[in-house]
Amino acid sequence: MSALALQATGINHRYGTVVALQDISFELPAGTRCGLIGPDGAGKSSLLGLIAGVKKLQTGELQVLDGSIGERRHRRSLYSRIAFMPQGLGNNLYPDLSIRENISFFATLFGLPRAECERRMHELLLATDLVRFADRPAGKLSGGMKQKLGLCCALIHDPDLLILDEPTTGVDPLSRRRFWELVEQVRRERPQLTLLVATAYMEEAEQFEHCLMLDRGRLIAAGPSRALAAVTPSDKLDDAFTHFQGDSKRSGQPLHIPPRADGNAEIAIEAHELTLRFGDFTAVDKVSFAIGRGEIFGFLGSNGCGKTTTMKVLTGLMPASEGSASLLGRPVDASDLATRKRVGFMSQSFSLYGELSVRQNLELHARLFDLPSAESRPRIAELIQRFDLNSVADQQSGALPLGIRQRLSLAVAVLHRPEVLILDEPTSGVDPAARDDFWRLLIELSREQGVTIFLSTHFMNEAQRCDRISLMHAGQVLACDTPAALQKQFAGDTLEDAFVRCLEQAQGPVETPVSDTPLNAVSAPTLLRQRRGFSLKRLFALANREGKELLRDKVRLAFALLGALFMMVIFGFGISLDVENLAFAVYDQDQSPQSRAYLEAFRGSRYFDEQAPITDLDQMHRRLQRSEIKLALEIPPGFGRDLYAGRQPTVAAWLDGGMPFRAETSRNYVEAVHQGNLELLASLSSAARPAQPLVNLETRFRYNQDVVSVNAIGPGVMALILAFIPAMLTALGIVREKELGSITNFYATPLTRLEFLLGKQVPYLIVSLINLALLVAMNRWLFGVPFKGSAFALACGGVLYLLATTSMGMLISAFTRTQIAAILGTMIITSLPTIQFSGLIVPRSSLDGTAALMGQLFPAGYFLDIAVGTFTKALSLRELWPQCLALLGFFLAFTGLSLAMLKKQEA
Amino acid sequence: MHRLAHILRLGLKELTSLRHDSVLLLFLFYAFSVAIYMPAAGSVIGVHNASVAVVDEDHSLISRKLTQALQPPEFQTATALPYDQIDQALDKGRYTFVINIPASFQTDLLAGRSPELQINVDATAMSQAFMGAGYIGRIFERELLDYANPGSTVERAPALLTNRALFNTNLEGGWFLAVIQIVNNITILAIILTGTALLREREHGTLDHLLVLPLTALEIMLAKIGSNALVVVLCTWVSLEVVVKGALGVPLAGSLGLFLAVTALYLFASTALGIFLATLARSTPQFGLLAIPVIIPMLLLSGGSTPVDSMPQWLQWVMQGSPSTHFVSLAAAILFRDAGVDVVWPDLLALGAIGLLFFSIALARFRRTLTS
Repeated sequence: MSALALQATGINHRYGTVVALQDISFELPAGTRCGLIGPDGAGKSSLLGLIAGVKKLQTGELQVLDGSIGERRHRRSLYSRIAFMPQGLGNNLYPDLSIRENISFFATLFGLPRAECERRMHELLLATDLVRFADRPAGKLSGGMKQKLGLCCALIHDPDLLILDEPTTGVDPLSRRRFWELVEQVRRERPQLTLLVATAYMEEAEQFEHCLMLDRGRLIAAGPSRALAAVTPSDKLDDAFTHFQGDSKRSGQPLHIPPRADGNAEIAIEAHELTLRFGDFTAVDKVSFAIGRGEIFGFLGSNGCGKTTTMKVLTGLMPASEGSASLLGRPVDASDLATRKRVGFMSQSFSLYGELSVRQNLELHARLFDLPSAESRPRIAELIQRFDLNSVADQQSGALPLGIRQRLSLAVAVLHRPEVLILDEPTSGVDPAARDDFWRLLIELSREQGVTIFLSTHFMNEAQRCDRISLMHAGQVLACDTPAALQKQFAGDTLEDAFVRCLEQAQGPVETPVSDTPLNAVSAPTLLRQRRGFSLKRLFALANREGKELLRDKVRLAFALLGALFMMVIFGFGISLDVENLAFAVYDQDQSPQSRAYLEAFRGSRYFDEQAPITDLDQMHRRLQRSEIKLALEIPPGFGRDLYAGRQPTVAAWLDGGMPFRAETSRNYVEAVHQGNLELLASLSSAARPAQPLVNLETRFRYNQDVVSVNAIGPGVMALILAFIPAMLTALGIVREKELGSITNFYATPLTRLEFLLGKQVPYLIVSLINLALLVAMNRWLFGVPFKGSAFALACGGVLYLLATTSMGMLISAFTRTQIAAILGTMIITSLPTIQFSGLIVPRSSLDGTAALMGQLFPAGYFLDIAVGTFTKALSLRELWPQCLALLGFFLAFTGLSLAMLKKQEA
Repeated sequence: MHRLAHILRLGLKELTSLRHDSVLLLFLFYAFSVAIYMPAAGSVIGVHNASVAVVDEDHSLISRKLTQALQPPEFQTATALPYDQIDQALDKGRYTFVINIPASFQTDLLAGRSPELQINVDATAMSQAFMGAGYIGRIFERELLDYANPGSTVERAPALLTNRALFNTNLEGGWFLAVIQIVNNITILAIILTGTALLREREHGTLDHLLVLPLTALEIMLAKIGSNALVVVLCTWVSLEVVVKGALGVPLAGSLGLFLAVTALYLFASTALGIFLATLARSTPQFGLLAIPVIIPMLLLSGGSTPVDSMPQWLQWVMQGSPSTHFVSLAAAILFRDAGVDVVWPDLLALGAIGLLFFSIALARFRRTLTS
């Protein structure tokens, strides 16, 4: 085939100031298989992302399947011709959905009709041998099965270009073999398929006819694999890569491992029938072995097979459920901090603080391990020297290349001269030359300093270098011996063969080989019929998926529903602006019948609650200060006498101004009671007063005759609750996918931005509507708030309000980059205008300036009007349409802004 | 000794991380400046700018006098309204008060026939309705007395009442609200920051590295709480000096030092609560939803927005268990009433006890998350 699948000319890509790709140019004929190799951070994922159209092309020209990827029209037509499987085990899958649901979700996105989807899914499941697990959630699959499912999802729409980003990293060799057999089968059925695979395993790259080599953002070599491999005598891509790196210092120097001094040294680590369970899941199952002092012991196995957990249990970092372990002759105790000082640990996610410099990291850890500074200073200097960190000692460690970070991690791990060193996959993602350097350090530690090294790896050539290895699978150690002996035991040509045999023996006939069912292509007209623009079908597929996830996360659903009910109850009872039982005390300096008669009115009122009388001014002040009383009434000496003589004595009401609202209300009550008392006072006075009131003042409290707080507060609280919960539900919707990786599915499929936004919103809208119904029912029947207005108006307003608040959550989600920022943002942005300016406590008409503006710029106030209006005021849409219109406006504005913020491609 | 050194070292490390988180710093800045100034400057206590309409069927001197007696800032200038529109106007929420002066009001008044004067109140305007009706009643009473006996109103009353508000003489609402906003923002930041940070480490698996170090869960937690508390206390101090005292001109009577110490104690309690909630939730979205029914009641029912005394007794007891209730009461006592430790010790003790309780529960649960 002469047509080109890919043609790149001068591609550059940078993240901020960091250059990820530099001047990349290459061509790839259609129908070929191409491997992309290079260490972590070389730019592999960036390049694949650009080709898949997931990342936005910055500079350069990139032709993908006879069109420029920079053109929107072409890119849109490419979604159904490209399949992209991002890095990581099942990162773009939905862990709560079953295998079947995952596949059919992707099928719907690509517009496959149901029958076609069923047929193809069945074939793919047969081919991948996943049929038996079709209803198992993706989150509960092994790494190998996840990757096979990922492949099914990628292949469901029969692409012309299949892009796989490290699809087999961390997968056991047997599953890895099966995976490639499957890809081969697909290619046989569809010869025009172009395959582009990034891989960390050179052996895998060797089986593809084409190869691209990336190092530090540059394409150091491209061409037929054979030709590239031939540049070194070993005829291996591994060595060729080191050759093309052009780093003269590193090349050559084959790794030499001196034999161990004596084979029967004392035992450093011993495990006996070690078992660890998490609930009903057994992570480590009866593991036994002994590791000698100074030995390099390797753990070989797939991700999630229990390597990391076993390491932690063995060294006392985690308590075992059963069995025993001893370390350096002493039984392991998880709570024994002294153990940690004898052990150096380098975890998969490095024990480094990226914000600190290399030197600061070493210093911090020296402190934490309690090294005296006289000892730590030369030790740090020595390590910086030995680990070749001089040139970067004062740089921020997070920004360093992976290989250097790895060296620093090891330096940190050996800082306190541990006797045992535990390294969990220390070299994954490091380029071959740097890996050899790293191993030189390990060998030196083991052979010269007698440090026991216990490491895990999934590279066979590293396993080969260990003194002994154990093969692990599904929590069990299948075999444990020297690499040579294992190879002999399982009659494998290579260690990998031996491992595969060993796994096959262990698994028995459970996993049958790939079936020969033909994979019939999707009929072309089916795909052509797919709609380009907005599609309700895709929207519902997304809504359906999001809804299923929500339904399966019972805790989240329960928090959303019960949280609303809980708040309704406590706010319904709790938010009351009436001041009742106001603690007050009298300072009666008169003690006359007149003063007692005057005070009687206060004592009899339900608003006031009398405390022990005050004896002097000092005490009054103190008690007010202590908030023991909120009001003090001071009757002057001679009150009765002056009153009788018509000399107008003055009563003083002392208020606690610390809480002004309460003080203001209290003042009102005091004045009202005083006013009511005037008549009584007049009768005690000799001076004449009109016997009759001048007017009959009739105050009619409308809508809430008894001024019961809940009648006004209850409906208002609905607006408050429904501002927070729906927004919080949706606020994490997009940002979580960004953080966990499944956002790629949005970038790589025909989903449009509007479908994505609205589809995600639908299930949360439904949950929020249930919330609304519950809250209305509670108001009506629990709190007995009468409902006088139009139910239709409340329903309309409610739906519009929830649309507005859920879309506000979506906007926050589209805007933020981390879940922390999304939660904090939702809380801080929502709380101020909702609590202070929505009219819940102070009517909006009384606000002015920025406060009024904030109230108007937030949806809560409008729904508050609708809720209070329909409940207490007998209003209908005829009066409430402006509020409804405003809420609709919010929804449209928020959604519009979200559309503008949401990018269909990554930066 | 080693323990203290560990906590100090780890705490310093946390501070370095914080310095690199620009989004968080932005939120901190907003929470302690704009979010304090805005509500305090626009604060309304009691009757303010209330909308009034008058249905004047009398068109007399006295009816005009009554209408004009309702003045800003308490009331908007009264609007005239025809009688048949009273219901409609109230329904639409155009006016909070509609006053009805019937025909021949003046004649009846002069004849001593005690005519009726009606005030219609939209009682759903919670904070204004009741107080406003009282206001209007007293204003009218004074006007009428003045009208009946010009110039002698005061002398006619058998006794006088003077109101003296201590600690905030003019009952400036903004004073209190500024401090309450600080309290609220501290609550939000403390609970959400520590909670989500813990969950993030768990979701990304970086809690692992803590296992490597010879550190106890206690040291790790104290370092986290300590560094967060330090930053927030510092922000609080700056905010009190610059925003509250400076920009808003609130005279704070009490000791800032004591208040900041109390703030640190509150942070101890509330960050522990945040960690506790984070150990209850299994994912960040769950935490977000769990945090709402915890935080919002703490904002609304602690005495900062509505008086605690008017809540039902059982709820008052429940809210005594929330650290925020004690913190609000301490803030008002220390900052406005200039109360010292001798006065506020019961609240201090309660806050400390609640903090210790939350901390122990959180610590126990945190230990468990570390080893599983």
